[in-house]
Amino acid sequence: MSLPDPRTDQHRYISNASQDVGEMLEVIGIDDIERLFDTIPGDVKLTELLNIPGPWSEIESRRWFRALAAKNLTAADHVSFLGGGAYLHYQPACIDQLLLRAEFLTSYTPYQPEVSQGTLQSIFEYQTHQCLLTGLDVANASLYDGSTGLCEAVLLAERVVRNRTKVVIAKSVHPQYTETVRTYVQNLGYEIVEVGWTNDGRIDTAALRDACTSDVFAVAIQSPNFLGVIEDYDTIAQIADAAGAVKIAVIAEATSLGILTPPGAHGFDIAVGEGQAWGVPTQYGGPFVGFMVVKDALKRHMPGRLVGETVDVDGKRAYVLTLATREQHIRRGKATSNICTNEALIALAANMYLSLMGKEGLREVGQQCLSKAAYLRGALQKVGSVILPFSGPVYNEFVVRTPFPAAEILADLEHAKILGGIPLGQFYDGHDNEFLVAVTELHTREHLDQFVAALTAAISRERR
Amino acid sequence: MTTQLIFEHSKRGRRGYRLPALDVPETTELPSSLMRDEIADEVEVSEVDVIRHFTRLSKLNVSIDAGLYPLGSCTMKHNPRLNEEIARTPGFALSHPLQPDHQVQGNLALLWHIERTLMEIFGMPRVTLQPVAGAHGELTGILMVHKALAKTGNARKYILIPDSAHGTNPASAAFAGYQIKELKSNSRGTVDIDTLAAAVTEDVAALMITVPNTLGVFETDIKKFADILHEKGAYLYCDGANLNSFVGIARPGDMGIDVIHSNLHKTFSTPHGGGGPGAGPVGVSQKLVPFLPTPTVEQREDGTYYLDHGHPDSIGRVRAFNGNFNVLVRALTYMRSMGPDGLRRIAQIAVLNANYIRARLRGSYHLPYDAPSLHEVVFSDKLQTAKDVHTLDIAKRLMDYGFHPPTIYFPLIVAGALMIEPTESEPKEELDAFCDAMIAIAKECEERPELVRSAPHTTPVRRLDEARAARQPVLRWKK
Repeated sequence: MSLPDPRTDQHRYISNASQDVGEMLEVIGIDDIERLFDTIPGDVKLTELLNIPGPWSEIESRRWFRALAAKNLTAADHVSFLGGGAYLHYQPACIDQLLLRAEFLTSYTPYQPEVSQGTLQSIFEYQTHQCLLTGLDVANASLYDGSTGLCEAVLLAERVVRNRTKVVIAKSVHPQYTETVRTYVQNLGYEIVEVGWTNDGRIDTAALRDACTSDVFAVAIQSPNFLGVIEDYDTIAQIADAAGAVKIAVIAEATSLGILTPPGAHGFDIAVGEGQAWGVPTQYGGPFVGFMVVKDALKRHMPGRLVGETVDVDGKRAYVLTLATREQHIRRGKATSNICTNEALIALAANMYLSLMGKEGLREVGQQCLSKAAYLRGALQKVGSVILPFSGPVYNEFVVRTPFPAAEILADLEHAKILGGIPLGQFYDGHDNEFLVAVTELHTREHLDQFVAALTAAISRERR
Repeated sequence: MTTQLIFEHSKRGRRGYRLPALDVPETTELPSSLMRDEIADEVEVSEVDVIRHFTRLSKLNVSIDAGLYPLGSCTMKHNPRLNEEIARTPGFALSHPLQPDHQVQGNLALLWHIERTLMEIFGMPRVTLQPVAGAHGELTGILMVHKALAKTGNARKYILIPDSAHGTNPASAAFAGYQIKELKSNSRGTVDIDTLAAAVTEDVAALMITVPNTLGVFETDIKKFADILHEKGAYLYCDGANLNSFVGIARPGDMGIDVIHSNLHKTFSTPHGGGGPGAGPVGVSQKLVPFLPTPTVEQREDGTYYLDHGHPDSIGRVRAFNGNFNVLVRALTYMRSMGPDGLRRIAQIAVLNANYIRARLRGSYHLPYDAPSLHEVVFSDKLQTAKDVHTLDIAKRLMDYGFHPPTIYFPLIVAGALMIEPTESEPKEELDAFCDAMIAIAKECEERPELVRSAPHTTPVRRLDEARAARQPVLRWKK
């Protein structure tokens, strides 16, 4: 294939056309645009175009991408009970409209504060929301997501408690979060010790006590945990304190903070988690937004950006990136983290969500989730051969067990236009007949009754 | 006017939402010890309050939609709105990351296609789409190098990194378990073959190098670098932050590069959003394929797709779920809009635009490295320091002319660096207006240096007391 003549195939995202190119080449003092690439050796230069599709018009792109999207089964045309670290909550209409404002969408990291006060002030507000919700002192500007947030929390803990080698992670922390930690620390010489659960679905405190030896630098638990069960922060904190370990609370369902007692109120040092539940679409897992909030004493160990308040030369209040000596662009190989790009736009969405819902709305979302989950649990307990295996307190998610493989039951529910849950067997051996069910304020009583009816029907079909 | 914080707008009793009335009995089944009291000091505002507040905040930002945003190394290009529309298609936006493969064939097909497209762009046999940022890709890449070397019995000790590199490179290498050895740049700002050959010992795992480097200068000896490293059993890592300058012109795989990450929020136009989200896919050469993170996306003979978790030598999962999927959707939309000729054309025009600025500003500003540069050009404040005007002052003064400043004081090998990257988006008139402003400022430095030193004069706030922010940190609002 020969290279096309750019004079006849002008692209819509590039302004300069052949007349501009000619005038500019003249100023530069060369006659051929190819000369600008003379420093690239000839033997690595392509002599043909890349073998990829396009260029497409908007019309062609819409056609192709919409056809792909139409192949997915989603909550757009099913009733979904999927959770497991990604939750479908109410998304106020104005958030997405505001996010599309170019001044937010198409600006860069606020390195120049005089022309970035919008982004900076919004991050400062986001940081404040995080502190209020978790009961801790200092929040950063965002991390990639909950799983990498936990990695950063573990690394932070090790910096604080030097010369210890083990981190205890509850088996009921999101299994993909723990897997990610395993990847992050594989060459750093730390050992991950997992502690299981008891019949109530809460962490096995006897096993935790045994695991908390003097070489443990951190204890990480999740609440509500991956089984949906709310942990007892106080007991866990006591055990971790006895070992002198940093206490890390993981929150994968952020709306739970609207109604459940926060980790900061129980002496936890770090709250880290996933902010997606604050009105961000589940969008196949990303972009999401990781949050981290720590006790004041840990702030100089914090990974990621921090925004602080100051004044300008006229004494006017203003905001700026601060405590940057922790970060990679200053400290390079000795930085507290390698993070640079974060999830700023999603943190902005979270700030908008938390502001709109506010004090009352955050409580009401929590109360509705709690009540609807309780209603569904109550109804399921009356269905023959359905067991709710864990007796501990739950927020909006719980495990359901039937006598049949979860995959088969869920396939049956799919026929009834219900995405019924997440099979637990893919995460834990021996749990093939169990699946996770999540309920939010978006579910009506009718949805919940439909779920019960469809599950009852599925079980009786399996029996036949 | 000081802009109030959203917390300062709060008034008891205001509300910004309505939920449907609870249609099941309200539960009180949780013990009260698990319940929190009301969230003290949380906001109470109306929707009107929220929309006014954030609209006013937005007006305090400059953005690429408003004009040239020439941050060097950041590739602030036009963000097409089609990409935003496609990403919001309900079939993508409402899909859930833990759905079984048969329910998300559209998503998996999309991931398969973007991987194939990046494989062709990189000239490499596989690409992981899991990393969600450039630095995340760096960590992923170096972890793969470590695992591959460890498999041969010796993971080695050092990563070589030129002194012109981004800070994320040494930070990522350190978190992957390596120590850093810095390579000194030569008078062209590039790495000498002899310097490299002397540094590549049996202890070296990889060279991590940005191509073209942070001066915009292409490492002409890149293939020889690869040979030197490969001969010693080491790897060549390319930071692809500057891929915009040679996409469609040359391919990393053809240069002997073993690992490259690409920032999709740079070359492939996904919006920066005030600092993120991004995506940092990583391409690898054949010998690193077994070590890719899990899961990978594979196609069956019947044309269906699945997530493959079964790679025994994989470094493991680098994030929960499937990467920043909806950033990947935007990037693929862009790649299809541009097509093969368009991608090549962005490199050509990006390099043309940068060289036009270089030609026009030469003389007004000192050019510390004279080697031909590609997509960006680095000047310094050497001519202006005589009048006690510095890079920071020039940057701030540019704001008064309506432009976002370039990247400043980076790369570290240039004292008082002004690193300018216009991208292919900018029309000649915008480049001329920017150059006119820069030339006017150079003149002001001579004639009215105080005006430049005290800039900016027209921005929503003026220069900040950054020392105070760091000395007495106020990191949240308090009542």
